[in-house]
Amino acid sequence: MHQYTIAELITGLREKRFSSTELTQHYLDRIHTLDKQFNSYISVNEEQALASALKADERIAKGESGDLCGIPIAHKDLFCTQGVKTSCGSKMLDNFIPPYNATIVENLANAGAVTLGKTNMDEFAMGSSNESSFYGAVKNPWDTNTVPGGSSGGSAAAIAAQLAAATTGSDTGGSIRQPASFCGLTGLKPTYGRVSRWGMVAYASSLDQAGPMTRTAEDAAIMLNTMAGFDAKDSTSVDEAKPDYTATLNDSLEGLRIGVPEEYFQDGLDNDVATLIQSALAEYEKLGATLHTISLPHTHLAVPAYYVIAPAEASANLSRFDGVRYGHRCDNPSDLMDLYKRSREEGFGEEVKRRILVGAYALSAGYYDAYYRKAQQVRRLIKQDFVDAFKQVDVIAGPVAPTPAFGIGAKSKDPVSMYLEDIYTLPTNLAGLCGISIPCGLTPNKQPVGLQLTGNYFAEAKLLNVAHQFQQQTDHHKQTALND
Amino acid sequence: MEWETVIGLEVHVQLATQTKIFSGASTRYGAEPNTQACAIDLAMPGTLPVANEEAFRLATMFGLAINADIGKRSVFERKNYFYPDLPKGYQTTQLDEPIVGAGSVDITLDDGSTKSIRIHHAHLEEDAGKSLHEGDFEQGMSGIDLNRAGTPLIEIVSEPDMSNAAEAVAFAKKLHSLVTALGICDGEMSQGSMRFDVNISVRLKGEEKLGTRTETKNLNSFKFMEEAIAMEVERQIDVLEDGGTITQETRLYNGDTKTARAMRSKEEANDYRYFPCPDLLPVIIDDEYIDQIRQQLPELPAARCQRFVEEYSLSEYDANILSDNTHTANFFEETVAITKDAKLSANWIMGELSARLNADEIAISDCPINPTQLANLIERIKDNSISNKIAKQVFDSLWKGEGESADAIIEAKGLKQVSDTGALEGMVDEVISNSGAQVDNYRKADPDKRPKMLGYFVGQVMKASKGQANPKMINEILLKKLNELL
Repeated sequence: MHQYTIAELITGLREKRFSSTELTQHYLDRIHTLDKQFNSYISVNEEQALASALKADERIAKGESGDLCGIPIAHKDLFCTQGVKTSCGSKMLDNFIPPYNATIVENLANAGAVTLGKTNMDEFAMGSSNESSFYGAVKNPWDTNTVPGGSSGGSAAAIAAQLAAATTGSDTGGSIRQPASFCGLTGLKPTYGRVSRWGMVAYASSLDQAGPMTRTAEDAAIMLNTMAGFDAKDSTSVDEAKPDYTATLNDSLEGLRIGVPEEYFQDGLDNDVATLIQSALAEYEKLGATLHTISLPHTHLAVPAYYVIAPAEASANLSRFDGVRYGHRCDNPSDLMDLYKRSREEGFGEEVKRRILVGAYALSAGYYDAYYRKAQQVRRLIKQDFVDAFKQVDVIAGPVAPTPAFGIGAKSKDPVSMYLEDIYTLPTNLAGLCGISIPCGLTPNKQPVGLQLTGNYFAEAKLLNVAHQFQQQTDHHKQTALND
Repeated sequence: MEWETVIGLEVHVQLATQTKIFSGASTRYGAEPNTQACAIDLAMPGTLPVANEEAFRLATMFGLAINADIGKRSVFERKNYFYPDLPKGYQTTQLDEPIVGAGSVDITLDDGSTKSIRIHHAHLEEDAGKSLHEGDFEQGMSGIDLNRAGTPLIEIVSEPDMSNAAEAVAFAKKLHSLVTALGICDGEMSQGSMRFDVNISVRLKGEEKLGTRTETKNLNSFKFMEEAIAMEVERQIDVLEDGGTITQETRLYNGDTKTARAMRSKEEANDYRYFPCPDLLPVIIDDEYIDQIRQQLPELPAARCQRFVEEYSLSEYDANILSDNTHTANFFEETVAITKDAKLSANWIMGELSARLNADEIAISDCPINPTQLANLIERIKDNSISNKIAKQVFDSLWKGEGESADAIIEAKGLKQVSDTGALEGMVDEVISNSGAQVDNYRKADPDKRPKMLGYFVGQVMKASKGQANPKMINEILLKKLNELL
């Protein structure tokens, strides 16, 4: 059962070949047996999962179920789940049990999806390797000596090891697409404002966006149908008509104009990755698409701009973790300042502290213009690059990350080399566009590599169509890490 | 050495919205601690702010009332600092692009002249919660009440255009009258609905450069403000005359002990690391919205004053006093609507009623006498049922709640003026027959002096009537009877 896509599970449930309860129990059993190797879950909620599965079975029996009814999924542990610990991978929130659901959690639950548990992640979504979690590093099911990518590393590993049918992730600078690439999955980062941020613990508010991580583009479309939509509780949510993302999956790609940015194929791109991307592009030509070399001239400024803007926003977003109302509080504070200092010193990990410091510095009197303001100007230039490009092409294709999954510990001592991991994914977030990572083959070392497709604002349906057609033509997405 | 004082004000005005500026929690005052703080107000992880449109409407009303430009693009920023009553670790406020731009407010000085005080801008922001240091807490612990956290405020920042405490207080009162007339603030200063920060500096007369200023924060009464300014001006002059220098610092004034102390100096001040709040998009306001609000503006004190002069033929002075406070103006108009006598109604409200309110320290909105009751009293004066003197007695009874109406009190206490000629003649006869010596003097006196001597007899008759005799009639009868004896 664990090999099925959501689309296949929906058919199986409707045809009563198995019940949601059986399916859920099967996944729970797999998690108990297998997850020690991967550490993809922070918490597993067996009782709640089985109770939801039972309800889903009742709904299915009455014939009133929607697409996701009875499908076992897992949430990245930064989506607030009512009554269930939401840690953000941090000691700071190790004791935090939200009294409310994130909007996407609510939407998926209402649709009948069964939540198996909460997945591991880089602390407060800050990282590209899932090594900064308070709950330990997540291991890539394709090769447990390598990282799964980050920050949605637990969500990625859980699908790669077939410990959930689908998961939710969040993408601030590539945190859905890069782990999807490293783990051989389909990962969609929707347009900023497409999916509500209510109840998603904020890292960098102007960049954060929730999205689905699945085996196929079709599954991503099914998930997005439920996740997306305007939410009055999020002022940055956009009141834009939501199409049925599954309706256009089979549109022909004849005449599709694919932009290939020259800046994405320069120094630093691994040869194996480059080869797989080129063959994927050739595949698209067979599907009737045309390739157009384009230029995104400010690409090289994305990493420095992002690593000013995101930490600046984070420095304020994480101020609420002060040991006063919830979360970690130090023992026996001597006074208020001691309470603040020790609670935060003890509660936050190294990378989080580094980004708070960088962000506070960039916003300080005397540095604001040189760093924060300048970074915002660069952000506008990057956005303009894409606006210009989308006048000529329908989607933009390129690598997700410069390399396949790297070894655990290989970059964790060198923050800058870690930050450079995000070079191809950051521009999408800075511009607020949508992007998807789809598997495009394995390296000679049997490591998965993802192809990144970037779409225009609110062009998720087009992006999913382009991804789905590729998956109809190839079987890269059917490769699995485990052969059980 | 002759010194001059320069004063600027920053005024926090709580807007009278039903709910908070970024959440749906109630803003009602006086609830049990932390019963009006929702997940957003507590800054729970993952919660997001949504701006309250009503706060924008009320702030825009203020902007229009001071003839300011309304910010077509209004941006919220995060002001970062740690404090237990600030749950997010930053205050959401406005900096470079506030809702209200430059405007001005005219104040009336003691000599009757007016002075224009410029407003630099007014911005929207959220209030913080309150730290509670007294209460049933464990040793060394303080409480935090977040009911107030997220209450919408406008902070009105003036230019340093005031040159003494009287002007500063006049400006503060003017703002109070304006925001209550607009209905955008309940004006309850004791509940913190308006709070004043006063920036004060002194310089030698003729000097152009401003002196170093201090900021006395969080004054919540006009009286404390006046005291605090006087004390701080004196302190600064003393320091400078002794050859010292003024430290730029934040100060606190304690109105109970009449003392002030420094809270923190500029060197200790925070770097607030302002930046635009990414959770709230810029609010764009168009002309249509502004015009709509302009049309809904209530009559403002200045316009009402002008109307009082024209419609009721009041003097500028009386009209100004009556229109300054919306409640007073309403009281006046409701009274006149019944009495149809503007002058007499004005006199009673500015005289007896104001004196009594001041003496008992009661706001006119809480006045124990309502306009209908006062109007009834005034009507009895007009129809000669009671004299002015008796009227004051009836007013006192009404104030104390001894009767439902002037009529009821006059009836119950038998205070109706005696205008019966027969009864009055009897009293006059009795007084004349009991005042042999005075009558003799009157007869012998030079006719020019006689009118003055009449006062004695009037007083005696009034005394005999327990004050209820109609004075005009007594005069007539006395003159007639005494002249008969000549």
